[in-house]
Formats: sequence, structure tokens, C-alpha cells
Amino acid sequence: MTDLPDGIQRREFDGRTRLATRGEPVYGEPTDGEWRCWDAGRSKLGAMLESGMEVDLTGGEGVLYLGAASGTTVSHVADFAGPTYAVEFAPRPMGDLLDVAEARHNLFPLLKDARKPEAYSHVVESNLEVLVQDVATRGQASVAVDNARFLADDGQLLLAIKARSEDVTADPETVFDSVCEELTEAYEIIDRQRLEPSHDDHLGVVARKR
Amino acid sequence: MTPNTADSGWFESVDSGDLTGAADAIAHGSANAPSEWPAQAIDAGFADDTDDYYATLRDATIEAAREAVAERQQADDQQLLHAVRAMDDATRTANELAERCHEWAATQFDDIDSGIDGARDVASREPTDPLEERVVSLAERIDDLATEAEELRDFIERLAPDVAPNLAEMAGPVLAARLISLAGGLDALAKKPSGTVQVLGAEDALFAHLAGRGPSPKHGIIYTHPAVNGIRPEDRGSAARALAGKLSIAARIDHYSGDFRPEIHDELDDRMATIRARAGDGDGGGNVDGDTEAGQ
Repeated sequence: MTDLPDGIQRREFDGRTRLATRGEPVYGEPTDGEWRCWDAGRSKLGAMLESGMEVDLTGGEGVLYLGAASGTTVSHVADFAGPTYAVEFAPRPMGDLLDVAEARHNLFPLLKDARKPEAYSHVVESNLEVLVQDVATRGQASVAVDNARFLADDGQLLLAIKARSEDVTADPETVFDSVCEELTEAYEIIDRQRLEPSHDDHLGVVARKR
Repeated sequence: MTPNTADSGWFESVDSGDLTGAADAIAHGSANAPSEWPAQAIDAGFADDTDDYYATLRDATIEAAREAVAERQQADDQQLLHAVRAMDDATRTANELAERCHEWAATQFDDIDSGIDGARDVASREPTDPLEERVVSLAERIDDLATEAEELRDFIERLAPDVAPNLAEMAGPVLAARLISLAGGLDALAKKPSGTVQVLGAEDALFAHLAGRGPSPKHGIIYTHPAVNGIRPEDRGSAARALAGKLSIAARIDHYSGDFRPEIHDELDDRMATIRARAGDGDGGGNVDGDTEAGQ
């Protein structure tokens, strides 16, 4: 099972052991004192951690999060990590993400397109330890490859691939293989695992920058 | 526009304490590659230490994102709803007045066409007596009103893709605006089942049907879409049902996510090609053979 950093604990909620971080509640998740439950059903990264994938986190890392949406997952990341840059392209979820950022000192929201890293290279620092990516667009592998520039030499990529964003008609496994193949341009794949049952047709990937 | 030359940080030409300038640099700047910005900012005297740097960065990014969100939300669904209703009112009123004007102008001038074109013709004339002056003045108002309707249409065509990119792509900007207007907003449209979207705008026929008078309507306002009106009558129900299904998916993506998804448009094209192909299967498609391959 994955070693979790101090900022993440497995705690008992409603009779089940689930992940939790410390911070302001965001989406009506159950809380236990200052700990709030990290719902793996609503967070692909949560599902990756809960299922024990080979993720190496120690807490306090510099993180670039692509596809932050309303901030459900990135709020938990900012709870245990260091400086956390959250990129989201759509204005509507960004409104919610701003509320999450207001309640945290280390979360930097950026209304930018993850396919155009030049538009935020003047803000996001280099040598980050972790790149988290959860974007529902075609070309997920090339987004990850383009954004490798922000990672330190042995930096980690935590990626959730959505098969249906690449090709609705193809078999998900075929899509996953081709995305992983393309990733090897910039990364070495450490672990891959389907995220069923909480996320249909999604693959979790842990990789290291080459 | 861009305060940063390539490969300098967002803080390069920003005075510490200038939140607006910092937000502007974050929103509009760029660089080819990232760098150790916190260390550089401290070296440059922009920040005292890392904590100070991150605190300033946090305020600036929040400010930049807030401004950008506010800017884009000007382009919201309610504005589109008002614009399309105003366009329809302006068009209808212009047509009504044009009819009145035509009737009146025919007593003064020879060879006046009916409709907006006729009113524009009258408006261009030089009145020679007080009576003609009234008729020409009325025609000028009609010309203005018709012009306003055209400008509202241009405005809708620019605004709709910002508000609802997928819906506007699939339905065309004006039909997208009408659907949002009939539903009362994008969020209301996103929550409607596709069967309701299919008959939006055909409420009279729908309620007559529910009261036991008349057949169920096959389509409402989506009849104006070429995928429905460009197909032979016996396939219109299927086409309307398929289109309504994809339109409600598009509305949901626009409301809940906001990003453009090319794949749903391909799916609609596939489905429509299948329906059109039925006409070519030799069961009385009449003269449509040559049209089955036509695009939309």
C-alpha cells in the first residue's frame, strides 16, 4: 500500500476507511474534527491513492494541477502539498475554484488553457515535484508531454486518462495503450491501473520524467 | 499588451504593491519556459522572501482569475436570452409597421413594394408636403428598427459561441439562443430531458395532444435546423429525436463544463448520415437520391 504523507490519513467515515486531509471543507464532504473526507468517487487522484498505486508523496511538494475544475481534488492537494498551481480553462468552474483558493494560502488559480503552457510559463515555477493532470480533451498525452517542462528531473506525473475524450468509439484499452505509448516521449511509466468502479473508462497512470 | 518579454517572470515590470498591474501581467503575459521564479523575484527585490513572494502571487492570481471570470460572464446566457427576444420583437414590430406603412404610402406614391424593402424605399424619398413627411418619417423608423434587428442577430452570432460553444456549433448561434430563451436559461435547458427539448416551441400542439386533440408534435423550434427540415417528411420524427438528444447533451456540457467537445458533433453527423441513408434504400425516397450525400 502507498505510503501516505503526514498530510493525508486513512480515517473512519460512516464505517468505512477513507482518505482525509486537513483544511476548509469544500463540497459538503463529511468531516471528523479538522480532517475532511477525500471522496474517491468524486476524485480520480483520490481513487488512485485509495487503490494503493505507486505514488510517491511526502507532503510539501510543489504541484502543477491541470484541469482543476471546481477545485474538489485540488483542494485536497493544497491541504498536504506546498505551492499548488491550479490551471482551469472554463470560467464557470473557476468561480468555485476561487472560493477554494480564498480559503487556502498556497493555492494559485490560473484561468489558462493547459494545451498552451507558454501562457502560464511566466507564472508557474520550474522544478516542481508533481504534475497532476485530469483534463477531458483530446490529446491528453501531448498535454502531459508539453507540461513536463515544469517538472524537476525525477518529477512525478499523476495522470487520469479519460478514454472517451480521445475516441468515443474505440475500445478503452486500445486508447490507454496509445496514450501511454505517446507518454514515453517524456516519461517512464511506473504504474497504471483502471479506476473502476468509481470512474468508468478511466486509467490512472503514475510516471516519472525521463 | 504583454508586459513580459519572453522568459522573464510575471513580476518583471510590476511594482510591488500594484495588484492591478500584477493581475494584468499574469493574465496577459507569457514565457517560452518556466524558471525559478520565486528565487528570481527575491533577487530582483520584488519579494522579501519565499513566503512574501507566494503571498503576493496568491493575491495576484486570485485577482487575475476573478477579473477574467467576470469578463467572460458578461457573456452569460441571460444576455443571450434578452438579445434573441429583443431581435424577435424588433423584427415582428418592423414587419407590422411595414405593412401599415405600405398601405399608407400606396396612397401617396406609385410603385411601392410591401415589406421592409418597400419601407426602406419610402424612407429614401424626399417628402414634398407635410403628409408625405409623416409617411417618410414612419418609414425611417421602420428602417432603423429592421437595422437594429440585423445588428442584434450579428451580436447573437458573436455571443452565442462564448456562452454555449457546443450548442452554438450544433444548432447554429440563433437557434441556440432561441432554445436558451424558450427554456428560460442555459441551466434550465441543461436540466430538460431531450424529449422536452424536441418539442420546445410547440407547446400549443403538445398541450392539444395531451388534451386528446391532435397528434403529438414531432418537433418544435428545432424544425428550423437543416438536419430536420432538410429531410423527407417520414424521417423528420427520427431526425428531430436524434438532434434533440445531441442538443441536450451539448447544453449539458456547456452548462456544467464549458469546454468544446468535437466528438459530440461527429456523433450527430454520423447519426444524421444513417437517417438520410434510409431515403436511398429504395422505399420511395422520390427525387431525393441526389441529396442523400449533401452536407448540412
